[in-house]
Amino acid sequence: MRIILGFLSGLLFGVGLVVAGMSDPAKVLNFLDIFGTWDPSLAFVMGGAAITTFLGYRLVWRREKPLLLADFQVPRRSDIDRDLLLGAAIFGIGWGIGGFCPGPAWTALPLAAPGTLIFLPAMLLGMALATVLKERKPVTA
Amino acid sequence: MPLDTITPFTPLASTLGGVLIGLSAVLVMALFGRIAGISGITTGAVPARRDDWPWRLAFVAGLIAAPLLVLAVTGAPVHQTVSGNLAAMAVAGLLVGFGTVTGSGCTSGHGVCGLARLSQRSLVAVLTFMATAILTVLVLRHLF
Repeated sequence: MRIILGFLSGLLFGVGLVVAGMSDPAKVLNFLDIFGTWDPSLAFVMGGAAITTFLGYRLVWRREKPLLLADFQVPRRSDIDRDLLLGAAIFGIGWGIGGFCPGPAWTALPLAAPGTLIFLPAMLLGMALATVLKERKPVTA
Repeated sequence: MPLDTITPFTPLASTLGGVLIGLSAVLVMALFGRIAGISGITTGAVPARRDDWPWRLAFVAGLIAAPLLVLAVTGAPVHQTVSGNLAAMAVAGLLVGFGTVTGSGCTSGHGVCGLARLSQRSLVAVLTFMATAILTVLVLRHLF
């Protein structure tokens, strides 16, 4: 049941990305190119998604716990630390080079463009490196 | 990098797609009680690293299946322009992977779910990655 519903949730997310045009890195890069061939579409994707999520979360959190697992696990931190700023800054540079963030990179996989087939393993390697570095440090949660 | 490829402004389709992404994020919270951040789901999809990995791996499989479903339903292949500069794409992938894990989130975790939770950390993260991404495109497209 968890597997089927997890798959369907991912499918819905991926279809949303494709419908929104976000599976095309050229469209993402044009959103970032505000001084050139600017395409503001991405702002409508984030706006539509964030407003839907804002409303939906409030309905969901009326329940005591989620339907399939034991508890809600929502980040509680509110401090702005060095890792948050550094990580976000590094992510933005990579996003600006390739036009892929993690979600669209996965949806691009079956289209098998050479750039995608290089990007995805590199992304997973970057994630693994950062995970190793993070786990070496004492956790401050 | 595909230099100055013009893409049409699609406010309706993009808002609709955004709503679908939002519904997925709400579904993930309702079913699993977790944030629908793709970087977090990806790192948590490795077997044995977390006890709830199977749904995460299934979610990633759903993402991968999505363009195939769209192709099956509409009959039209999903249009995309991916840079053929493989060295640049390797660097981009490394930075995206390293940055999203170090910064605890990406466009979905911080951008969609974080903003929906009115999280101050996520707002700072979004402003930061938007700024460096815009700056990167500015430098790569207009200064070189």
